[in-house]
Amino acid sequence: MSENTTPAAAPTAAPKGKKRLELDPRLAAYQGIWVFVEMERGHVHPVSWELMGEGRKLANILGVELGAVVLGGSGVDTQMASAAAFTYGADVAYVVCDALLTEYRNEPYTKAMTDLVNRHQPEILLLGATTLGRDLAGSVATTLLTGLTADCTDLAIDPDNRGLLATRPTFGGSLLCTIQTLNYRPQMATIRPRVMSMPTAEPGRIGRMVTESLNMVENDIIAKVLEFIPDEAQEQAQLAYADIIVAGGRGMGKAENFRHIWDLAAVLGAEVGGSRPVTHAGWLTADRQIGQSGKTVRPKLYIAAGISGAIQHRVGMEGADVVIAINNDPNAPIFDFATYGIVGDAVHILPALTEAFRSRLVVNRRAG
Amino acid sequence: MHIVVCIKQVPDSAQIRVHPVTNTIMRQGVPAIINPFDLFAIEEALRLKDRMGGKVTVITMGPPQAEDALRKAIAFGVDDVVLLTDRAFAGADTLATSFALAQAIRTIGAENPVDLVFTGKQTIDGDTAQVGPGIAKRMGLQLLTYVAAIDEVDLEQRSITVQRRSEGGVQVIRTQLPALITMLEGTNQIRFATMENMFRSARYVVPQWNKDRAGIEDASKIGLKGSPTVVSKVFAPKPKAIKAQMIDVSQGPKATAAALIDTLTSKSARLANELGLVAY
Ligand SMILES: Cc1cc2nc3c(=O)[nH]c(=O)nc-3n(C[C@H](O)[C@H](O)[C@H](O)COP(=O)(O)OP(=O)(O)OC[C@H]3O[C@@H](n4cnc5c(N)ncnc54)[C@H](O)[C@@H]3O)c2cc1C
Ligand SMILES: Nc1ncnc2c1ncn2[C@@H]1O[C@H](COP(=O)(O)O)[C@@H](O)[C@H]1O
Repeated sequence: MSENTTPAAAPTAAPKGKKRLELDPRLAAYQGIWVFVEMERGHVHPVSWELMGEGRKLANILGVELGAVVLGGSGVDTQMASAAAFTYGADVAYVVCDALLTEYRNEPYTKAMTDLVNRHQPEILLLGATTLGRDLAGSVATTLLTGLTADCTDLAIDPDNRGLLATRPTFGGSLLCTIQTLNYRPQMATIRPRVMSMPTAEPGRIGRMVTESLNMVENDIIAKVLEFIPDEAQEQAQLAYADIIVAGGRGMGKAENFRHIWDLAAVLGAEVGGSRPVTHAGWLTADRQIGQSGKTVRPKLYIAAGISGAIQHRVGMEGADVVIAINNDPNAPIFDFATYGIVGDAVHILPALTEAFRSRLVVNRRAG
Repeated sequence: MHIVVCIKQVPDSAQIRVHPVTNTIMRQGVPAIINPFDLFAIEEALRLKDRMGGKVTVITMGPPQAEDALRKAIAFGVDDVVLLTDRAFAGADTLATSFALAQAIRTIGAENPVDLVFTGKQTIDGDTAQVGPGIAKRMGLQLLTYVAAIDEVDLEQRSITVQRRSEGGVQVIRTQLPALITMLEGTNQIRFATMENMFRSARYVVPQWNKDRAGIEDASKIGLKGSPTVVSKVFAPKPKAIKAQMIDVSQGPKATAAALIDTLTSKSARLANELGLVAY
């Protein structure tokens, strides 16, 4: 076991927590904003484009280039991803294409990313807070010995020192804190899917490609992927990207009552979600939990039945356009931020809603 | 086999309140618990020990009170614990935390080499999920995040095969020991403390290590000094100004449902349109 880290750019003097400080000249050489384009089996995770939109805004403020980091195993995939990145605002794509990058593994991905950073020196590096993104971000930050702020909900630039202001929930969402990486570069942050809105692509927009090689052989990599077992499409909840979600909470009373949730969801063509007590009790599978320790969602319509609206739940769903809350307690916190409120017993209201929607939808969205 | 499990004592954030005027956290009276995600790591380590023999050591870095969390771990049945506590550790971010823990694990391993390190998926106060990867990189351990099941550990071959959750599926990965596993939640259920272990826990003298005992020479890598990130502001979320428009419920569920849909078609016309709702 040996020290396995190499500093990208460590400070010469320890930061004293002061906001206004002259950046070490070596650090000032770090320029530009990068977004990691997360690709698995040829499919780019939409969070990458959400971050590209956000990165574009920051790059404009700083007057620097926006770079897309594209790592993958096939030339076709990396070409396509780079082209897409340009349409979402990237000026330049940094590409490493190598068969060893076909499936995600920590070692080759960490090497590809840290080599790119050391060579091209971006000042900010953004990744999606997905399982892959978190695995990679933590490894890259430690290898480069720089700061990483995880699960941010807001990014801004400090006008005083051009530094990144990364804001994230803390203490289970009860508070927000803004974090800065003062005298280290790059400044790294991860952001969850659906926290930032999806930018509109600009077809025909193009950019520069910079291609680097991985310089690794299979024998350098200790971990071997023996098998990949894809989730059954039906089974896996596509909550994060659902347009309509019907969610139930502890107020549904018991597991059987969730059939009212599923019935309404079927008529609306919606996904089903729930609060934490519900997934803990096994009324729904864990991947359907919405909130701080579950998924962040951003649907057009969110129907919450028997959910109190605790802050940890709220942070996962307040990006919804329209929220309909059904709760038998008129003082439930959810009514403080829902669009429409119904005070009543969800077990009685839901079937009536299902019937009403069924008869008044022009076409049943899912032949249900 | 020697397994080290990293756990953290955290305030039970379900019970944290924010002072309405000063916007500071009111910690008084908030009970401290073992980070719930870390219980899956402890249980998995104990199961491996049940299967293969060996020893489980639990370590935490925190204030002297964090001893309670370690005592609890003893009650669950772990063999040994270490409390890493020193004022010099205060203010550590994930990079500084992973440095201190990695160094302490090295020191533990000097006596009895460590084959596997476990951490939880994330903490409920820090919530970064970065300390595990950080320790792995610093120690040069094979990193296995979001592990849902351990299929096989082969001490002869020094290999380990696990199932790890990735986007859209499960990867079956084989790699070499020593490795670090961040355990996925919901993968097991922490056992009950036995009477015997509870007695042992009550009598157990928790060893406290300061930075020197942990083998840390370079104080610039720990605590606030070793942390690249600084918290520049803590504040309460802005309350959303809207209050829900309440739907009349006095005429029973059927009328309520109809009233809601009427309201949607008139007040949220775009949504109603996209849904394909017809206005009567
Ligand atoms: C670190 C941490 C992370 C957390 N992460 C999450 C998370 O990701 N997601 C999450 O959801 N929670 C999370 N929580 C838990 C959160 O604090 C709340 O406890 C939880 O959201 C409450 O769920 P609930 O609203 O379903 O249940 P309750 O708070 O029990 O509320 C039930 C509601 O149903 C109403 N009700 C009762 N009967 C009926 C009825 N017949 N008809 C209609 N309404 C009825 C009640 O008035 C009440 O408002 C987290 C907590 C912590 C500490
Ligand atoms: N102070 C600490 N002492 C021991 N283990 C820790 C500490 N902080 C974090 N960990 C471990 O690292 C995991 C991830 O923590 P975090 O990166 O804070 O989300 C936790 O689940 C713990 O297993």
